[in-house]
Amino acid sequence: MARTTRKSAARKKTLPARAKPSARRRRTRRVVILVATRKGAWLFHGDAARKTWRTDGPHFLGHIVNHLVLDPRDGRTLLAAAKTGHLGPTIFRSTDFGRSWKEASRPPAFAKAPEGADTKMPGRAVDHTFWLTPAHANEPNVWYAGTSPQGLFRSVDGGVTWDPFSVINDDPQYREWMGTVQDGTPDGPKLHSIIVDPRDPAHLYFAMSGGGIHETRDRGRTWTPLVQGMDVVQGFDAANIAVHDPHCVRLCPSNPDRLYQQNHCGIYRLDRPSNQWTRIGKNMPKQVGDIGFPMVVHPRDADTAWVFPMDGTSVWPRTSPEGKPSVYVTRDGGKRWRRLDFGLPKAQAWWTVKRQAMTADAQNAVGLYFGTTSGELWMSRDEGKRWACIARHLPEIYSVETFEV
Amino acid sequence: MKVLIPSSLLSYTKEQNVEATGATLTELLADLDRQYPGLQFRVIDEQNKMRGHMRFFVNGEQVFDLTHALRPTDEVYLVQALSGG
Repeated sequence: MARTTRKSAARKKTLPARAKPSARRRRTRRVVILVATRKGAWLFHGDAARKTWRTDGPHFLGHIVNHLVLDPRDGRTLLAAAKTGHLGPTIFRSTDFGRSWKEASRPPAFAKAPEGADTKMPGRAVDHTFWLTPAHANEPNVWYAGTSPQGLFRSVDGGVTWDPFSVINDDPQYREWMGTVQDGTPDGPKLHSIIVDPRDPAHLYFAMSGGGIHETRDRGRTWTPLVQGMDVVQGFDAANIAVHDPHCVRLCPSNPDRLYQQNHCGIYRLDRPSNQWTRIGKNMPKQVGDIGFPMVVHPRDADTAWVFPMDGTSVWPRTSPEGKPSVYVTRDGGKRWRRLDFGLPKAQAWWTVKRQAMTADAQNAVGLYFGTTSGELWMSRDEGKRWACIARHLPEIYSVETFEV
Repeated sequence: MKVLIPSSLLSYTKEQNVEATGATLTELLADLDRQYPGLQFRVIDEQNKMRGHMRFFVNGEQVFDLTHALRPTDEVYLVQALSGG
């Protein structure tokens, strides 16, 4: 009897174990694409194979939404950085996957300038929040935001209230590097690419579309420029931090000591602890060049990264070079680049991809996604080998993010 | 006093005609914000400047000074300015 009982118990033990693979299959994670545009936001829910997509939207129709981001720490909170053509900027927050939204009670806003303030440092007003980054996994409810004009903000309550963060917003040296609205991107200089080191919540990076890349190791009390090796527009002095124009900086999740950067003046890689960026874009085909906006890194392979080159010659058309859009990939840290345009238009496609509008999921094979200035959403299920358009006729796309449920 | 709200702010007030109090436009906006949280920041910025496309009319006259004195009988129109195109 006892033996029988043991066999029975053993069978009972094995059954759940056998059930595990199918349970894992049932839990296949599905990708949701978050798309922020000049006229609202959309969510695209994918099937398990990432072949069909259910459209959810528009959310905030008529609002200019610069960034829509999910909090990976709780898997359900969404923040949207929005404004309209007439009204001031705000942050909308959803804790139910976008079924309902509530406005932040105190959106990012600069400190009010004291009466008779120094005319060299006039009070500033946030025109729009441009970038949202959830903080470290060990800091639930903490978020960072980058704005235009360039400012850095922090929320410790999941995005309900925001405060100016760190000394930089009102520091004379940083204000000089930030310049004025005339010194940056056509629709306003942006503080972007706020990066949190996954190993250390006190170690942060951010970039400014006019003003370089900066690093702190003490949670924002002190910052150090990180621009060595970065080129600047001909005729300017690279020693002047103000003239450095990073477009997008990404940290490799599989090797947090490696960063890639798409800059106004080339594509770069940085391997810490070195402070010296290497221009890996010089290995791009000469007729294409290494100018662009987005930079995407592989979730598991720090030698793999993707860019989307644009025409940065003469008057800076900001279109695909020769009207032939293509992604380029490196598989060896930037030594060689390969064109990935199968499925993309072969000619007369005069759009480009903005700095927040290209991303990757974490599936195997990695899915790549980008949204165009002409309102098309493209994806590849095989790391860029083949591309398919999954949505057309959207407004100009400002950002594309993914998460998996 | 009576305040006319532009369509872009109806998501806050739900109605076009609302009542609010204040001895100046600044105070009036503060009262509107108490009643309809978030409205004020969409109309004036953190330096207390009117946003680029928002305008106030008091009894039919355009007013740019937010310290402009108000009487309880005044009619205030908060207007989303046309900005071309």
